[in-house]
Amino acid sequence: MTTPYRVTPAAPRIEVEQLCVDYNGTVALYDADLTLPAGCICGLVGMNGAGKSTLFKALTGFVRPSHGRIRINGQTVLRAQRDQAVAYVPQSEGIDCNFPISVWDVVMMGRYGSMNVLRWPRQSDRVAVRDALQRVDLLDLARRPIGALSGGQRKRAFLARAIAQRASVLLLDEPFNGVDVRTEQLMAQLFLQFRQEGRTILISTHDLSHIREFCDLVVLINRTVLAYGETSAVFTPENLARTFGGMVPHS
Amino acid sequence: MTWLLEPLSHAFMVKALLVSALVGGICGLLSCYMTLKGWALMGDAVSHAVMPGVVVAYALGLPFSLGAFVFGVGSVAAIGFVKQKSRIKEDTVIGLVFTGFFALGLVLVSKVRSNIDLTHILFGNVLGISGSDIQQTVLISTLVVTLLLVFRRDLLLFCFDPTHARSIGINTGLLHYMLLSVLSLAAVAGLQTVGVILVVAMLVTPGATAYLLTDRFDRMTLLAIASSVLSSVIGVYVSYWSDSSTAGCIVLVQTGLFLLAFLLAPRYGILNSQRSQVP
Repeated sequence: MTTPYRVTPAAPRIEVEQLCVDYNGTVALYDADLTLPAGCICGLVGMNGAGKSTLFKALTGFVRPSHGRIRINGQTVLRAQRDQAVAYVPQSEGIDCNFPISVWDVVMMGRYGSMNVLRWPRQSDRVAVRDALQRVDLLDLARRPIGALSGGQRKRAFLARAIAQRASVLLLDEPFNGVDVRTEQLMAQLFLQFRQEGRTILISTHDLSHIREFCDLVVLINRTVLAYGETSAVFTPENLARTFGGMVPHS
Repeated sequence: MTWLLEPLSHAFMVKALLVSALVGGICGLLSCYMTLKGWALMGDAVSHAVMPGVVVAYALGLPFSLGAFVFGVGSVAAIGFVKQKSRIKEDTVIGLVFTGFFALGLVLVSKVRSNIDLTHILFGNVLGISGSDIQQTVLISTLVVTLLLVFRRDLLLFCFDPTHARSIGINTGLLHYMLLSVLSLAAVAGLQTVGVILVVAMLVTPGATAYLLTDRFDRMTLLAIASSVLSSVIGVYVSYWSDSSTAGCIVLVQTGLFLLAFLLAPRYGILNSQRSQVP
């Protein structure tokens, strides 16, 4: 880690208090509390169905909490969305790769929220897209259709979209799944840069080795937030046993 | 040249050509979103479900597109409601709801005293289209084209990645219902040209054809519109000279163009797919 991690408790990026989400009576998440500062890389660890994607959906406004409150940069989710504060980087598997759209156009979609109703790109939007593509090293593939990219390149394209959006909170869904070594290194570099720029990165993953490598903080989740804090303090055998229901994956 | 010009000496043929080309154009544009969103079945459902609306509107003396629109949107709402409130899968719900609406339409046609010809609703009647029907079609087309052009980028994003759309503050619920309303409107317009049964072809085939020809959305839109308008014009001519069903001819030409693309498309045609493996 090149830059020391600084906690600035005065200005939390994400505040989640007593969050409950249920789908037609099935509780997906209850009493979840979480505070994340500006400029940190945080791992979100839990089993499938533990509520990782539910937490992401609540932070992106896709599901309405049945109880509790969320603040992003001190504002409601709706307000934060309008400010383009939250970027969601999907698992590439969730995207239709046969969609007739170029890499450039995908990244341009990160700018839509800052454009007028017709979404006509201005010069500043084109500059933002070009810069973002450069940072993920995809500029020479900008005109390719998204389906012509490899899994890792596609992941970088969606990361570029988040960069172009200039979001202060990045939610990444399993970013290391099916990714080549080159992309993994590039992402690790980018995450460090993001942290320096004051962005908060929340990475959902079930791969504990990546957490130990990249993350300053870790959140353990199993229908509620079991523990969160500095990785070394939180990664205790007892906590992991509670997270994975007694079956700790080896790593 | 006579084969090209002679039909144009009949007013009904000129009208039929213009209306079919117009309806073909808007349905072609919409078909891009239908194929990309995977809503072909929804298009089938809405086009069948508008039928009782047409009958009710005629009985009440209202413009028939109004009735059709109400029932089209109603069927979509019913599908959404049953899906949300029950454990039944979506395709089952769609099949269940639209056949129910369609059956209601059949019963109404046979019971309500009106001058509606069932075959005109089922198979279209573009050769006998009336002036007021043309007015309605032009109005509907203008509305559909305006909405689709203004929200072009948003709809594209909505089809591609609704989660991202939502996370940057775009109202995806509104887009969802807008696209469904546009679908109902286009189904109403298509109903006059090719009828309830075949309108789904107009809402799906041009988009599918164009999808095989390009990897750029803008080009896909233009190709879909072009192939759809061309199919309408050729279809009407073929129907005139062969004295056969206009709706059938239009859709057959569309299917023919699709088959051509399926076989010969530069990258995705089956005869060329071998070569495209090598970059």
